[in-house]
Amino acid sequence: MAAIATLKDLYETLSPGLPGAGAAGLDRLRADGYARFLADGIPTPKVEGWKYTNLRDLAGVSLAPAQGTIDSAANTDFDVPSVAPGETHRLVFVDGRFNAALSAVGALPQSVTLDSLRGLIEASPATAAEVLERFPAPKADTGLRVGPNPGRGQALGLVGLNGAFLAEGAVLTVGEGVKLARPVEIVFIATAADGAWHPRLLIDVAAGAEVTVAEHHVARGGGATFANIVSGVRVGEGAILRHAKFQEEAETALHLASVTATVAASGTYETFVLTTGGRLARTDVQVRLQGSGAQTRVSGAYGVDGSRHADFTSLIDHVAANCTSREVVKGVIDGRGRAVFQGKIIVRPDAQKTDGHQLNRALLLSDTAEIDAKPELEIYADDVKCSHGATAGELDEEALFYLRARGIPADTARALLIAAFLDEVAEEIGDEHLRAYATARIQDRIGRLTGITVDTDAPVLGE
Amino acid sequence: MAATEQTVEQVRAVTEQKYKYGFTTEIESDLAPKGLNEDIVRFISAKKGEPEWLLEWRLQAYRHWLTMEEPTWAMVDFPKIDYQDSHYYAAPKASKDKPKSLDEVDPELLATYEKLGIPLKEQAILAGVEGAGEMPAVAVDAVFDSVSVATTFKKKLEERGIIFCSISEAIREHPELVRKYMGSVVPYSDNYYATLNCAVFTDGSFVYIPKGVRCPMELSTYFRINASNTGQFERTLIIADEGSYVSYLEGCTAPMRDENQLHAAVVELVAMDDATIKYSTVQNWYPGDENGKGGIYNFVTKRGACRGRNSKISWTQVETGSAITWKYPSCILQGDNSVGEFYSVAITNNYQQADTGTKMIHIGKNTRSTIVAKGISAGKAQSTYRGLVRILPKAEGARNYTQCDSLLIGDKCGAHTVPYIESRNRTARVEHEATTAKISEDQLFYCRARGLSEEDAVGLIVNGFCREVLKELPMEFAVEAQKLVAISLEGSVG
Repeated sequence: MAAIATLKDLYETLSPGLPGAGAAGLDRLRADGYARFLADGIPTPKVEGWKYTNLRDLAGVSLAPAQGTIDSAANTDFDVPSVAPGETHRLVFVDGRFNAALSAVGALPQSVTLDSLRGLIEASPATAAEVLERFPAPKADTGLRVGPNPGRGQALGLVGLNGAFLAEGAVLTVGEGVKLARPVEIVFIATAADGAWHPRLLIDVAAGAEVTVAEHHVARGGGATFANIVSGVRVGEGAILRHAKFQEEAETALHLASVTATVAASGTYETFVLTTGGRLARTDVQVRLQGSGAQTRVSGAYGVDGSRHADFTSLIDHVAANCTSREVVKGVIDGRGRAVFQGKIIVRPDAQKTDGHQLNRALLLSDTAEIDAKPELEIYADDVKCSHGATAGELDEEALFYLRARGIPADTARALLIAAFLDEVAEEIGDEHLRAYATARIQDRIGRLTGITVDTDAPVLGE
Repeated sequence: MAATEQTVEQVRAVTEQKYKYGFTTEIESDLAPKGLNEDIVRFISAKKGEPEWLLEWRLQAYRHWLTMEEPTWAMVDFPKIDYQDSHYYAAPKASKDKPKSLDEVDPELLATYEKLGIPLKEQAILAGVEGAGEMPAVAVDAVFDSVSVATTFKKKLEERGIIFCSISEAIREHPELVRKYMGSVVPYSDNYYATLNCAVFTDGSFVYIPKGVRCPMELSTYFRINASNTGQFERTLIIADEGSYVSYLEGCTAPMRDENQLHAAVVELVAMDDATIKYSTVQNWYPGDENGKGGIYNFVTKRGACRGRNSKISWTQVETGSAITWKYPSCILQGDNSVGEFYSVAITNNYQQADTGTKMIHIGKNTRSTIVAKGISAGKAQSTYRGLVRILPKAEGARNYTQCDSLLIGDKCGAHTVPYIESRNRTARVEHEATTAKISEDQLFYCRARGLSEEDAVGLIVNGFCREVLKELPMEFAVEAQKLVAISLEGSVG
């Protein structure tokens, strides 16, 4: 594969110049990542977890580091998206590189840190390596069964690649018991016509702490860029992390993300992913509920049209007893768009009293749209309540008729129904700022999809 | 003293009840030498006096099989099979020339089937339903190891133009039908086990229902593995011509042996315009003992093609036996308005492993499919539902409804659900639901408070859990299946 050869060359050329090169800890992390990449390569549909998403397009993508087109130092009023403008702690990355001028961390309580990874490495490669190693990594085995076919459902070549080029990213740590009032924002802005970045995002929320994190991926003139993001999340005992990702890149961009989270006893990890951008966008979430009473809420909304592809893959691993998981993923597919949902719940032998629920619904708007769904349960404990539901279909004719009978034009009725359908996912979000922003972004997307502006909160027929 | 005796008697009864079909028939067998090669394929074909085209087809399959790898995606775990360590042909000696009538059948064989509760006398009805009132007769094709030993009611069926015979006989008597349809639903290159079957299949049943005929009785095949170190590779082909109807039952048992025996069958169904095929299976191959020793490896490819408009194929299966089950009865819904159904109960206990489900491929307009799968796992067993619902772009107005429920009994077993849903048509509606739970303490307590033993209570609750599927079975099987459900779970509680 041409892409692999190109990436090998890039690694040879670039690695000596990466920050902290030569420091033992970092060198080893990068070498491990590179070895993983060489071993697993770029995933193909032969790997179960990539059955419905083909990365052959990667061959035509510029894999070299993206080169920004803006002089950010002179351009500080650059349009940076925000869930609460001026009221967040934010780090901004332009074309994958940390941009101090656009960032605004502001005042943070003691025991809370928000740093760019590059900054950490430059300050102390050894400390940075230690921090990096604290975070969980995704597993290739997405099942417990052994035998002729181990539960290997994943290939980790891309995660390895991220490790090989480890340099940029963000690290947030929230100390014990701290409830951070303002949301933290991590913003990725694409301005380049093409090129790649491999950021690492790390969030560590200590026992009893509480924080909201919004992650944005947007294009401001950007084109066929390639983002390969790896995130590690630790939620401590009784801690709460509300995490939302808004993936709204250019329609030609490639976005691949892997998130691995561990949740300790009575901790809560909420994650929401909006996928409306990119030619191909995939988010792979692995959540491990490791302590009794841990909870997770995983939700996703997507909208694809043209010949675009959105993939939401999740693995919720109930390791400990008395844990709860709830997953809701819904999306709208138009044109020749294709969406993929793969969601798996594992309940390990000791995870008694598990409560796990999953729902996936897809709305097909055109005759050439496609949905592929694989909702999976793998259960080894008997005292559990687990369920999943999946549906695929078109807009409800009866609901359309009802709206039209009340004088609402067909286009508007359709747009309204689509908005209501996706809005249900936004309802899953616990944080107010995040929820309002998600609703607005969903409505914006539907506006672009249907040409109709909808506001699900406004009275439809006027006064 | 008497009490002790009584206890011993009771224990013995219970143990025997666990797998009451585990006996062996002492009958001399005509065996092919152990091993698998082209000569064995030729040997089987020669034994059956087959035409050249069929031998060629077998060899083509065999050569293709050599290039294939065993599938490893199923959630089953077993030691690698040595395909050379088995006999691929075993026939009771007496059947060299197939008996012309039942009177000529080896009495030892008749006795075997009697013991199994399978009537090979034409006036008889299936055992286990005495008092069920006036029952229609059941025509039986009895397959013993590699050959069909008897087929009942042939004459009566012939009067209506129905062909019901062993596949070997069909190859001789109706080559045009066999040649036209065999391999048309499951091609010889389909999958590892089906391809192996194409190379070495020995017998099985053939059914042809002519246009507009409603088959007046249930047709059934009873498969029995008897000889040791043998594999059974049967093929069944059922063709329902325009406007016809047939209900077909399949049963299977095997002796209790410490070795694992291989069973790799292929079943092909073809339904033309307005035709209906109802196919019911009670799979009760020897499951192995409570330590996981022995048992049948059951690798079966079953597929039905709804070729005609308004055709319907309905699969009902009760899977209680086999050490390993690998089986996905499927429907290709090609004709407009055709209907596919899959009702399944899979019960695994001790060390049994079952990976079973269905595929519904919607090609035609307004095609509909229903899937109801119930998995029950007890002991150290693993039960997996694996299914595919695929809606192709032209399947306008297609509908699918899937419901998969799993019940876990005990904390050492597993229950898994792996559905694949692929829709490429806007107007199609696909709904899938799955749940996993255990028998509730309340239900158990309620039954116990009314004097039921724990095992009886579990049997009752599980039967309730399976009711949606069991009610789809023909009456003759339903009674038997309900008993089987309870027996299969013996030793799983307490």
